[in-house]
Amino acid sequence: MQHLSLDIAQVLAGGLVLVSFMLLYQDRLSGLINTFALHAVVLTLSVAWQAYVQNAPHLYLTAAIALIFKAAIIPFSLHAIVKRLRIHRTVEVVGGIGLTMFVGMFLMGLSLVVMLPATAAADPLAREDLAFALAIVLLGLLMMVTRRNAVSQIIGFMSLENGLILAAAGANGMPLVVEISVALSVLVAFIVIGIFLFRIRERFDTVDLFELDRVRGERQ
Amino acid sequence: MTFLFDLFAQGAQMALVLALSPLLIGFTRKVKARLLRRRGPPLLQPWYDLLRLLKKEVVLAEDASWLYRAAPYVIFATTWVAAALVPTFATGLMFSWTADLIALAALLGAGRFFLALAGMDVGTSFGGIGSSRETMFGSLAEPATIMIAFIVSLIAGSTQLSEVAAYMASDFELRVSVLFALIGLIIVAIAENGRIPVDNPATHLELTMVHEAMILEYSGRHLAVIELAAAMKLLLYVSLIACVFFPFGLARHDASLEAMGYGVVFYVVKLFVAGFLLALFETSTAKMRVFRVPDFLGAALMLGLLGTLLVFVTRSL
Repeated sequence: MQHLSLDIAQVLAGGLVLVSFMLLYQDRLSGLINTFALHAVVLTLSVAWQAYVQNAPHLYLTAAIALIFKAAIIPFSLHAIVKRLRIHRTVEVVGGIGLTMFVGMFLMGLSLVVMLPATAAADPLAREDLAFALAIVLLGLLMMVTRRNAVSQIIGFMSLENGLILAAAGANGMPLVVEISVALSVLVAFIVIGIFLFRIRERFDTVDLFELDRVRGERQ
Repeated sequence: MTFLFDLFAQGAQMALVLALSPLLIGFTRKVKARLLRRRGPPLLQPWYDLLRLLKKEVVLAEDASWLYRAAPYVIFATTWVAAALVPTFATGLMFSWTADLIALAALLGAGRFFLALAGMDVGTSFGGIGSSRETMFGSLAEPATIMIAFIVSLIAGSTQLSEVAAYMASDFELRVSVLFALIGLIIVAIAENGRIPVDNPATHLELTMVHEAMILEYSGRHLAVIELAAAMKLLLYVSLIACVFFPFGLARHDASLEAMGYGVVFYVVKLFVAGFLLALFETSTAKMRVFRVPDFLGAALMLGLLGTLLVFVTRSL
């Protein structure tokens, strides 16, 4: 049983890394938002499994928050905003997807190399989770660096924060996880709405479809 | 007597892959048609097509060389050998010591090589386009296949498919690297068989066609043999995924006839599930641009590399 629980935790954390790579791979906004929702669902499963293994009820709350906020509300509102603002549908990627994936792989290897020796004393469940969590954080940072579009930068930031939650859930004895994750979620929501409206207004002025109509001379 | 029985089992497996592969194609088409609210052709339609093609006259281009006439048989032979070596209903059959993951990759690579040569042989522009694209995809798909083979063989301690299947069936562990290998292999299988996100198997009219472009000039029995080889390639990948990742119901080579029969039933069920999932996936995605395919296959290669890395990491824990 001990062995199987470790296996399941590993597969869920590894799946979260996989979904991070899927986020890097996506180049359409709607697909990106859906993949982020999947990211949140996998995070929920992972945290809930940790709660079950550690007998820590407060982690269930963290999982529920992740599910409600990040897998439902935020993707839904992002879809709505993208639709309403008529943002151009494709994401510009600096350096191409192949290169980004390659750098992502390098970061994954780096986090494994750094984390495993550093946490040699901890129990295997936490070690593996911490290495994966660091990889997710780094991949989120990479996404924020390589994307020019405000929406994908925000999604990168939120996936980074998912990695932090995974790390916190994997480490034992963190009763403050719940409060911190609530605070962070609220903060993220504010950042999302704030950055969004400002950046969108200044950047996507000219991507408006009505603008195109005007240029073609169909309307004055 | 046991020798005869072993020979019979191996022969049964060879006949089975030959007989079932067009049915798998037919079933996938049927499910796709049903999902699109059409009735679809009968299940045996690929077989009818093959028999019709076999009866027809071969029309050869004027400047086709001997290679052009020989290539279909080479492709068919390599694919059939590869497909018959993968354990379908039983492990450890007579020739299973040759069923090595690296050997399978080499056999398929040889088939691909001759197909690309045949596509360029007549000198039409379509064949050249198809061949160049096929080799481009192949140069990415083969390293991914090899990486996935590394993951599986590192975990199971052998590159022989029978032993891998036996190990996976006996010692069931959830591992991140196995998950990565599975997803990578599915991506490779989709790309190698020219299914929808990469290539559309149902049309000759697309600018982005790959496999169809190479065999555009073929007719009659040559075309029948190539089509059958393509069907067997799909079956090969399905049985590869089934025997490595879902080795339920595989019989032992010294099992009774009854156990072998159960193995066949299990195998057919697995094929049905795979065909249904493939049809579902194909109807729910759009075809990607040709220049996105390297990214798609690069993802498989990346999964292979990550999985190999993780195998070593989990070892050290």
